[in-house]
Amino acid sequence: MGGQLRPPAYSAKIPRWSEQTALLWSALTFGIMGKEPDRFNLPDPRGPTLKSIATTYNRGLHRFAVVLACWTFLLIIAGALVTSNDAGLSVPDWPTSFGSLYKIPRLVGGVKFEHTHRMIAQGAGLLTIILAIWTWRAEKRRWLRYLGIAAVVMVIVQGVLGGLTVKLFLPPPVSSAHAALAQTFFCLAVAIAVFTGQKWIEEQPRIEFDQRRPSLFTLTLLSIFVLYVQLILGAMFRHHGMSWWPHVVHAVVVSFVLAWTAIRALTAYPNVEAIRRPAILMIALLIGQLCLGFTAFLTRVAWGRDAVQPELPMVASTVAHVAVGALLLATAVILAIQTWRHVPVAFEERLPQAQRNPTTA
Amino acid sequence: MNRKNWITVSVSVLALSALLALGACSKKENTEQSSNATEQPAAAPAATPIDPATVATVSGTVKFDGTAPKPAKIDMSQDPGCKGTNEAEAVDVSGGDLANVFVYVKDGLGNRTFDVPKDAVVLDQSGCKYHPHVLGVMAGQTVQIKNDDPTTHNIHPTPKDNREWNESQPPSSPALEKTFAREEIMLPVKCNQHPWMKMYINVVKSPFFAVTDKSGKYEIKGLPPGDYTIAFVHEKLGEQDQKVTVAPKETKTVDQSFKAM
Repeated sequence: MGGQLRPPAYSAKIPRWSEQTALLWSALTFGIMGKEPDRFNLPDPRGPTLKSIATTYNRGLHRFAVVLACWTFLLIIAGALVTSNDAGLSVPDWPTSFGSLYKIPRLVGGVKFEHTHRMIAQGAGLLTIILAIWTWRAEKRRWLRYLGIAAVVMVIVQGVLGGLTVKLFLPPPVSSAHAALAQTFFCLAVAIAVFTGQKWIEEQPRIEFDQRRPSLFTLTLLSIFVLYVQLILGAMFRHHGMSWWPHVVHAVVVSFVLAWTAIRALTAYPNVEAIRRPAILMIALLIGQLCLGFTAFLTRVAWGRDAVQPELPMVASTVAHVAVGALLLATAVILAIQTWRHVPVAFEERLPQAQRNPTTA
Repeated sequence: MNRKNWITVSVSVLALSALLALGACSKKENTEQSSNATEQPAAAPAATPIDPATVATVSGTVKFDGTAPKPAKIDMSQDPGCKGTNEAEAVDVSGGDLANVFVYVKDGLGNRTFDVPKDAVVLDQSGCKYHPHVLGVMAGQTVQIKNDDPTTHNIHPTPKDNREWNESQPPSSPALEKTFAREEIMLPVKCNQHPWMKMYINVVKSPFFAVTDKSGKYEIKGLPPGDYTIAFVHEKLGEQDQKVTVAPKETKTVDQSFKAM
């Protein structure tokens, strides 16, 4: 073709839907790290302004964020132990425990699980506040500072939901919201730990444009969505708000979507370590989670229906199922974040016909 | 995969997820409806007089057909303050006689009203178990709840038609006094500190009820002559009804049996 179509400003493929989002994308992903923008034929977004927000790795802050993520995981296990031992109302009052804000009651029976959960939750609240203040003071990335504030808001809402579930005698929607928000907070804590990590700050992202449809990023979002629905269905079943079958049926949907996502990630981007590792972990966790779900179903639904009290096999399998579920959701979130960073979605430029042909311009 | 296929798959996945979530919501509505009945009943009218010279008695034995299930063992080790018998009481069978069956006049009393007894019925917590395991009480009658254990319990009824509450009771604390306003059969009560502790309160409008003892026997006295439906309710084995006609001053034997489920 004689008059070759070559748009003067941007190539035929740009990341994101418009010029504006393309610039934002570039700023987010490459501005800090200094990725070569020339390969996209984009104007260099790393102007002096963007360079000025370059951040350095803060080991203390990162380690503290990792501690919060681990502490939150511990808290999720403690919460699962409360539900599995039917101990949610063993301490009938809230925010006090047997009338006191600071006295530790005799930790026997259900109180052992409920009050321990409350103490770990108080620790999580304190750690979150410290992290938010530290991030606000030490972190140059504004969006990360606001993420710290969002974590504080979330932990407060979570505490109130925990209180409501005690005050309202464990209504399934409130208890399920408490369970779902717990895992959302865990994902946020893990994400903050990733964003403050040395690799995230100092590495040069390996960029490969995703031409396939659906894009890997879309698949990761779909994975998070189906996992979240599965989390709510599981929580509703655990809190006696619905039958077990929607959770079991939806496990098939989750398996399909997660397997699709992981296989796509591993086949299309086997050399991108930041994508390969969470994808492999996601597959491993999915297999483990299916086995744990089957065990939990056997011990609690099939065999333990008439149990006079929660027995060790049903408690162990259900708590492990909740814990691995939280890890699976967090892994899906990390995969989505890393996909967003390393595999931008390429979109056809949708310009008016007149602008597509520069010879007519 | 082309764009059309991708849209189809996406819509299918989202629709299935939404459908399952919808199932959860519809159940939620039912739950909310059932927890709203908390209002107190209107003051009861004066009791309908009964001629004591004509009253009858219904008594009998409740049997269990088949091999009785082995009592489940309870593990009380999580609280050193619990030193009770470690067998569950869900299906309490001894020599074919079935204990803890609530027997009451379900139908046939018409619009009769009855005085609520002034005496409280006692529910004791001892050996980290409830005594009795099945209790009958008239609507509005006081239930006095005692804790004779050296450990703290919490008493948590989970009713469908009455108000739900949850209170802790430390050792040696004064008895709790509670009433239930509405008729409700097999209202579960549990202790969340000791998850094996379960019992059932039966709230009825008439004084014509009884609970079978260890020998499966029950007796309902002072029943006016008439046609009645007697209900036998067990926490695990369900309900069975019998229609009976009692003549003045008659002592009628009404036996019942439950089959293994």
